[in-house]
This record gives sequence, structure tokens and C-alpha cells, in this order.
Amino acid sequence: MSKSTPWRALWQLPLLVLALVASLGLAQFALAQADPDREAATAVPALDADAWRQIKSGETGPNYRDSRFDSNYNLINASGETWRQLRERWVSPFGVIVVVGMIVVIAVFYLVVGRKKLDEPLTGRKLLRWSLVVRSLHWTVATLFILLALTGLNLAYGKAVFRPLFGDGFWAAMMSGTKLIHNYLGPLFGVLLVILLLRLLAHNIPRKHDLAWFAKGGGLVGKEHPDAGFANAGEKLWYWLLATAGIAVIASGLVMDFPNYGQVRDTMQWANIIHAVGAFGLTAVALGHIYIGTLGTEGSFEGMASGYVDATWAKEHHNLWYEEVKDQAVPEEQLAESRPTSEGDAPAPRSG
Amino acid sequence: MATMKFMCDAERCIECNGCVTACKNANEVEWGVQRRRVVTLNDGEPSEVSISVACMHCDDAPCIAVCPTETLFQRDDGIVLHDKDLCIGCGYCLYACPFGAPQFPKQNAFGERGKMDKCTFCAGGPAETKEEEYQKYGANRIAEGKLPLCAEMCSTKALLAGDAQEVADIFRQRVVQRGHKDGGWSGNPRADADSLAYDATQQG
Repeated sequence: MSKSTPWRALWQLPLLVLALVASLGLAQFALAQADPDREAATAVPALDADAWRQIKSGETGPNYRDSRFDSNYNLINASGETWRQLRERWVSPFGVIVVVGMIVVIAVFYLVVGRKKLDEPLTGRKLLRWSLVVRSLHWTVATLFILLALTGLNLAYGKAVFRPLFGDGFWAAMMSGTKLIHNYLGPLFGVLLVILLLRLLAHNIPRKHDLAWFAKGGGLVGKEHPDAGFANAGEKLWYWLLATAGIAVIASGLVMDFPNYGQVRDTMQWANIIHAVGAFGLTAVALGHIYIGTLGTEGSFEGMASGYVDATWAKEHHNLWYEEVKDQAVPEEQLAESRPTSEGDAPAPRSG
Repeated sequence: MATMKFMCDAERCIECNGCVTACKNANEVEWGVQRRRVVTLNDGEPSEVSISVACMHCDDAPCIAVCPTETLFQRDDGIVLHDKDLCIGCGYCLYACPFGAPQFPKQNAFGERGKMDKCTFCAGGPAETKEEEYQKYGANRIAEGKLPLCAEMCSTKALLAGDAQEVADIFRQRVVQRGHKDGGWSGNPRADADSLAYDATQQG
């Protein structure tokens, strides 16, 4: 590079200064001309009311950009508020009302009507009602259901009760555990419930006499036991609740449990509402099921515990089924003998 | 007491993403988490406009209302903070938030959420020591008398942070300076009715 180059360019300097001064003058001229209305007319029509409406509606348009990696968010997520209001104003109170309401109803029913006793004495002849496979499935599903219901209720209402009660340290661990149990046992519950439902499908096909059963309130109206096959209409109702609402709860639970399949917030919001409404409802009905199966009816618990029920119980509660299988009744003593070395009082037949 | 607010002047935002970078740098947030984002509407069209979004520290914050563990809470100065010791990663705050502020690190199988992270207005969060606070929540610039770094570093001063009253004053002043009826949001057909600032200029 020769040293003369900068000097040769020097003559351009005054020209540059002149140009700058001229343009500055022009700019001042433009500023002097600044007219609010003209500026408004040429200003970028950026965000008007329609644009905000479009944003709030969730539309993004083809030229929407978000600098966050892998983002599926709109600028404003107006559906969040809808979800919040649904959850806080309707779903949460609904849950308390159905679950607590059911407990109260059951308590009152037990105090007023009391336990349903068998009309006739036990015969000592036993009928096989639930195979080992069904009982194992039932108790596994039942245990999981109770765990999921308790953890679910804790997720919904725990903050009002346990944080003031236990203090932050314990409560933090409790909530972490709650979420882990709920999220990890949920899918297992789903799989096992589907298997159980399939196993029991044949017993739960609705029949004509089920209508009569409902008309008589399952025997509450009048003194007669209404007709019932292997499963009475009440049991069938519980079955079909699980087969519909139960499956909906499981499906919506899976949507929230596995957020890695690209589902967006709106999907998860609705999944949450369906999950909560279905689960609170099922929890309430499950309380009724638990009551009827344990305290409420003499001889019912024995069936799911040992697999066998007394012929009297079968005759009174499931007359149509009793007519079919009464020839297969086994004397109690025989069951006790065939029982393998176990010391418990419940025989454990191995037939699947 | 002051109420702390962010405000992004979309007329000034040039989509440089400096706020995003400043936030990342100030708070050293986890990989995959980006507390602040810049949204551009109508990109490439004449009406293109950009706006920087993070947690807006709502008065009636939906995230606080729906959180099952009371992880989220609001300070007296309006800043919404989160307690990572309580978070269980249920994602409810994410469902409820209008601005997509809560984010979850996804390091586990099946997208299981880790502990929620969101903008703290550079005010840290509950922790025993300063080191723990920085590690969990990032900087606590508010405690040092400084404003959030995103706003401090904004090259066009589009992003403002601070006491809501002062932010509003600055913005109102800008609208007045811009001198036209819809200096807040240009193209607003209701400019005549909406623009108090314009009236102010007319009345001297």
C-alpha cells in the first residue's frame, strides 16, 4: 500500500461534509413538516383491536414467530383462564360435594336402614363365584384405585389441609410422593382395569330383568329380592361406569402423564377437566361399592375374599345365577379338606 | 409499596433477542429453558411487529390459583416467585398461564416434567444461602437494587421494567412525544377515544 492513497482521497472530505450538512438540513425540513395525522397515516399499522382479538382467539397465522425453541405457545393463552375458572369454580366444589356427600349418604343409610342381613340361615354349601385370577385382579385394581383416589384428592385439595397441618418440609416430600404414585401407578391401573373389564364382560351384558331390578331399587322398594343373574343390575351399572367413565379417566390421565407426544396445552386442559370430573364421580360411586361389598351386605365380602359364597346368599341376591349353578354347590367341610396346608379360614381354590 | 411490572413497547422492539440472551446470561437457567421469548407477528409483512414476553407477574395470577402445592406465591411488590422445593412438576401452572411463562426441564423419560422454572423478575427465590438461590433461581438483582437484566440491556429500551407507575409514566411520555393519536398502538381505529395522552398534548 502506498502512503499517498489517503492523501489522494482527501479532496473527497469537504464533499462528504457538504452532503452530510445538506441531508441534515433536509431532515430538519422533514421534522418541521411533521404532522401528527400524516405520521399516523404512514406509521406501521401494527397492532389494532382486530389483531389483539386474533391473538386472544389463539390464531397464529403463517408469519407468527416465537424465538423459543420448540415452542407451541401463542402470544396469549386465553384458554388458560377458562380452564382455571372451570377448575376452581366448578370441578373442585363438585369433587367435594360428591365425595363428602356420598360419605354422608352412606352413613345415614347405614344408621337408618342398617346392614342387609340374609333372610334365611346359612346352608354351609358353597358356590364358587370368583376365580383366583379375578380376585387377584380385583384386589390389585382396588388397591391401585384407592391409592390413586387418595393421591388424586391430595393433589386437588391437599394444600388446604396438609400444608398448615404438617409444615413445608414434610409436605413437600408428601406431595412429591403423591405425584410419583399417581403418575406411575396410573398406567398400571389402566392396563389392569381393562383386563378385569374384559374378563367380566360376559357377566355384565344388560338383560331385560335389570330394568325390573332398577324399578325395585335393587330390593329397597318392597320386600322381595328382584331377579338377578350372576351380576345384578347395580353391579352392571358399576361395571359400565368403569367401562365408560373409567376408560375416559384413564385415557385423559395418559394424555397428561405423557406430555412428550406433542399434545398442546388446550388438549391437556380438557384432559384435566375430564379426568377430574370422572375421577371424583367414580370415587364417590366406589365408596358405595365398597360399602355394599363390606359393611352393607352380609355374605358379600366373603365372595371376593375366598371366592366362594353361601348358597343362601346366592339364592337371595342372585336367584337366576343360583338356579344355574346350584348343583355345583360344595359342602364347607370338603372345601376345608381340599385346602392346601394354609391355616387361614378362607379357602383358596386355584381354579382360574 | 411499588408494584413491579414489565412492559414491552412493541413500537420499539426490533426483535434482536438481546433480552433473551441477557436473561439466559444473568440467570444461568437450565438447558432447554428460556425464560424470555420474543414473539413476532406478521413476520416479513409490512405490519410486522415484535414483542418480548416472559412472566408478566400478574396481579391475580392464574398459576398461583391452580398450583396444587403452593409453589407459586406473590411478593408484596407484585413479583410472582416459585419455590422449587415444593414443585412436583404437574404442569397446572403451564395450563393456566396466559403467557406460556412456566417451563419444565425435560430430562426424564416420557417427557416427565422436572421442577418448574420461570422468570423471577431477577428477584431470585426462597433459599438458605445466596449460592443456593443463584443455583436454583438465578440472579437476585432486585435485592442488589438493580432492575431485571433483560430490561436493563434492551438496546432500544422497548422492554421496560420497574415500578408500574414509573413504567406507565415513561410510556405515556413516549406516546406524547410520538405526537399522534395512536402513539401507543399504531393503527388503532379507536385512537380518538382511547388516547388520553393525545388529549394531554392538545391541552399543553
